[in-house]
Amino acid sequence: MPTGNGQLHRNQSYNRVVISGAGIVTSMGLGWENSTDGFRAGTQAFRDITLFDTSRQRVHQAGQVMLPDHLPSTRLKKRQLARIDRASQLLIHVTAEALKQSSWSADDLGEDIAISLGSSAGAMFCGEKFTQSAIEQPNHRVGQASRIHLYQTQHQARTLEDAFGIQGLVNIISNACASGANAIGHAFRLLKYGLHQKAIAGGYDALSQLVFAGFDSLQALTTTLPPRPFDANRDGLALGEGAAVLVLETLDSARQRNADILAEICGYGTATDIHHLAQPHPEGDAALSSMKSACHEAQLNPQDIQYINSHGTGTPKNDIAEGRAIQRWAGAHCNQVCVSSTKASIGHLLGGAGAVETVISLMALQGQWLPPTTTIHTPDPVCTFDLVRESRDARLDAVLSNSFGFGGANATLILKKFA
Amino acid sequence: MSSLSTKQQILISGVGAVSPAGWSADELVTATLANKILPHQELTREGCEHSCKIRRVPKPQQKQSFARHPRLRRASAISRYVAAAGLEALGDTRATAVTEEKLRLGIIVVFATGCVTYTRRFFEEMLDDPSLASPILFPETVFNAPASHLSAILGSTGTSYTLLADSAGFLSGLQLARDWLLTDQCDGCLVIGAEETDWLISEAVHLFSREAILAEGAGALYLEKSESPASSTSPKAQLCQLTPPLLYTNRQDKKSAAAKMRDLLEINPSQEKQTLLVDGLQGVRASDQIEAGTWQDWQGRRLSPRRLVGDALGASVAWQCVNAVTLLDNSYHDCCSAIVSGIGLNQQSQAAIFSSHY
Repeated sequence: MPTGNGQLHRNQSYNRVVISGAGIVTSMGLGWENSTDGFRAGTQAFRDITLFDTSRQRVHQAGQVMLPDHLPSTRLKKRQLARIDRASQLLIHVTAEALKQSSWSADDLGEDIAISLGSSAGAMFCGEKFTQSAIEQPNHRVGQASRIHLYQTQHQARTLEDAFGIQGLVNIISNACASGANAIGHAFRLLKYGLHQKAIAGGYDALSQLVFAGFDSLQALTTTLPPRPFDANRDGLALGEGAAVLVLETLDSARQRNADILAEICGYGTATDIHHLAQPHPEGDAALSSMKSACHEAQLNPQDIQYINSHGTGTPKNDIAEGRAIQRWAGAHCNQVCVSSTKASIGHLLGGAGAVETVISLMALQGQWLPPTTTIHTPDPVCTFDLVRESRDARLDAVLSNSFGFGGANATLILKKFA
Repeated sequence: MSSLSTKQQILISGVGAVSPAGWSADELVTATLANKILPHQELTREGCEHSCKIRRVPKPQQKQSFARHPRLRRASAISRYVAAAGLEALGDTRATAVTEEKLRLGIIVVFATGCVTYTRRFFEEMLDDPSLASPILFPETVFNAPASHLSAILGSTGTSYTLLADSAGFLSGLQLARDWLLTDQCDGCLVIGAEETDWLISEAVHLFSREAILAEGAGALYLEKSESPASSTSPKAQLCQLTPPLLYTNRQDKKSAAAKMRDLLEINPSQEKQTLLVDGLQGVRASDQIEAGTWQDWQGRRLSPRRLVGDALGASVAWQCVNAVTLLDNSYHDCCSAIVSGIGLNQQSQAAIFSSHY
């Protein structure tokens, strides 16, 4: 029963929302199949940055994606393909994978589909080129109009629509490092409340020199790669890039077309941490609120959730605040909750992090294994939970993914096995 | 959460604005009604042969208590605009209720370019020497910094989204607010569109039209639903209709999207005389072509605030809405409804109808 155009239908009960497709690209690899073994083993995938000059900075490596030379086949025109930006390429790769997995037909794509994307920097690379040219050659205008056009975040959404012939509502959420989780959570709510029946939701960010220099200026980047989230001697995060997209639909929609259902999204929580623009409350108040809110919506208790894919940046303040939030959230059950941070493997993907980590959580739920953080030598005392340091199998019914960002943007998503 | 209900009306119970006309919605509306083009400045920079025309926000005439908040000490202009417009739309009583956790507030901020001044400054420092670029500037470059500052000023820990879109994105923000309210995700919702000027973005606009005048500021609406205990007893207008956003794609160009937008509006010709159209005309031929064509046969009253105050990208449609709601509230020429036309630059067309009947 497509409602279309966001109009509310009277007397409609809440929909269950399921995942029928997923796509992922990170420095670990392109696609679910190429990434699973690495995340399951806790492999690190950092390499020298070749996208921009880092010679005058403290750090020279990141989770840079090795993109193939060619994009998947799409409806993009030659003109669009000729000037496609890196962020759009990331998005197209993961959307192609997610759509293929979902088996949506051309008719499905022609329906009113909500597109919900999260990004913190969009195509900042194009913005940098524009700005650098404007500063260094103020009277040279050739190519500038194109650069400013490509820089705008709505351009990536437009590219996605044109590439796959999708027509629908577009929301681009920029809530810093929670953007990807917010985008998925937003789409989840649109479907849950019957405002749409289908959605494509995810997050992306490509490496950018400005953002890299920004985190370096804050001395937030580790100078001793790999990053060591939840290690007592952690010294910062590593940056990465990538994207992930989920194909979401109501359970009715999935059943009507006999779709393979990968999992169900059952809870989404948000909260704003007003402690500081760039630091969390030391007791993790907003993180706790976000986790509780997601559990409330999912109608699950902490003991029903076996694994947390933490935000786990590896910065001293984040990991303590998140650890405290997990302790307070889980209570007496804390030592039974498995926790890890996959940022130790691929870095912090900023606006893409929440979406990528949701897909990693989905992989774990599907495969019944836990992605470890293998870089920890000495666990921080805050880790009174079951810190996953080695690859292991597990029985997972429900998993939770945390994403926190600058500005105090906190978001939590809960997935559960479909039953 | 309560069950969905279509009986609920979405009411606009507060407006706020910061613009080249001043630091209030009243000053914006007064400037619109005066129908007098505000003076502009020429923006020049060393080494650049071209100058750009801009309209800046004037200095406030009186001290603003919110400006003393520690969060705003080193924030860029756009954060002050967001805070001022948002607080004006919310009003003191509701702001206190938010602080005391008696009102669950949603905050939606919409930008096209956002915190461009600090981003450009940080980038210049980075080009000079990345190892010396300022850690004070960088966090303020993040798109959601202004929304975060407003949350901190209010003590609001509720949901806050920063949306990126072209100028029509403000109406998508209203759509999101409506959905949050009707699904009981908040008791009231602020939607704020804002931008700040900088030579960087002025020169970018200048690439597309040398006549365009970039402006800065913010516009805000406070929305609530009619059957809520927290609702105002004296709303200003009702949000009656929002068209879906009509996207510009390879299959639907801007002109056809704008035409479809108009077709979807539930206004018949006999109602036009009692309806105010607040359009997006700028007085710049190249930019106005589609907007002018879409409404060429409009019979009713019509105002074009962008022509007077300038184009403030993400704030422009917000200013149109502030004008529409305020004028309906003041029984402007006995109009009982107002259309806001949002024909965005490069993403979407969307329109809204507000009504004085609720």
